[in-house]
Amino acid sequence: MNKTEFLAALERALRGLPQKDVEERLAFYGELIDDRMEEGLSEEEAVAERGSVDEIAKQTLADIPLSRLVKERVKPNRALRAWEIVLVVGGFPLWFPLLLAAAVVVLALYIVLWALVIVLWAVEISLWACALGGIVAAVFYFVKGTALQGIVMLGAALVCAGLSIFLFFGCVAASKGVVILAKKIARGLKSLFVRKERAK
Amino acid sequence: MDNQLKRGLLDVCVLAAIKNEDSYGYKIIKDMKPYLELSESTLYTILKRLEAADMLSVRTAEHDGRLRKYYHITEAGIKRIEQFRTEWKEVVSIYQFVVRGEQHE
Repeated sequence: MNKTEFLAALERALRGLPQKDVEERLAFYGELIDDRMEEGLSEEEAVAERGSVDEIAKQTLADIPLSRLVKERVKPNRALRAWEIVLVVGGFPLWFPLLLAAAVVVLALYIVLWALVIVLWAVEISLWACALGGIVAAVFYFVKGTALQGIVMLGAALVCAGLSIFLFFGCVAASKGVVILAKKIARGLKSLFVRKERAK
Repeated sequence: MDNQLKRGLLDVCVLAAIKNEDSYGYKIIKDMKPYLELSESTLYTILKRLEAADMLSVRTAEHDGRLRKYYHITEAGIKRIEQFRTEWKEVVSIYQFVVRGEQHE
């Protein structure tokens, strides 16, 4: 692959992203190839060292904030015609609630995800509290001389402690999972805006 | 290495690479190579971040019949390096605290 082919492939991979970002990236990698060639590398070698186009495209998408992608997507390429403006303004009672609903659904999804994690941790903490409380109560019973209740209490406390140790690992795993999922959702949302642009 | 820590370190490294004289993409990577391997897309992200934070400025100049972007450190960038040097002293004293126990064994 020579420099022109590489840059063309990169441009294809970046299509749909904001024009300014695409141009800057292309200039950046073009310059690096030129500099390598100046040092004596052949064009093919200089291109091969750049790594895969897909990898660069992935990183680019990750670097651009969602808000910029949306703004770019919403911004029309040309001046709107009179009837389009009328449609946008007249349709406001229709599209605005829909847009709001979509945003709220996404927000709700996030909240639900995190609520799940919070619930797990809450259970974990209550189990610990039960274990501690149980031990204190058991000591209290023993001191009072009612050993039978004390043993029952102590047993319950140990069960709670055991469960909470188990659940701790579950909590950690779930928290990590949700963080990864949240990242994936963000990436999915971004590519949603990019893909639409591509289809046009 | 911890991501957050690495990110801060890389920022300062790139600033240090342009501290004495203006530099360009390939030269920054080459200058840093003996110390740490920096991928190009990572460098791009760092340069963008530093530019947004006003720690460096960019100018385009002609070189050998083509355009090349040169990066120039700003006052804020120099301050960031200074700040890093004081921060690092704290890191070293924390490190000494961490390894202190091991030396006693």
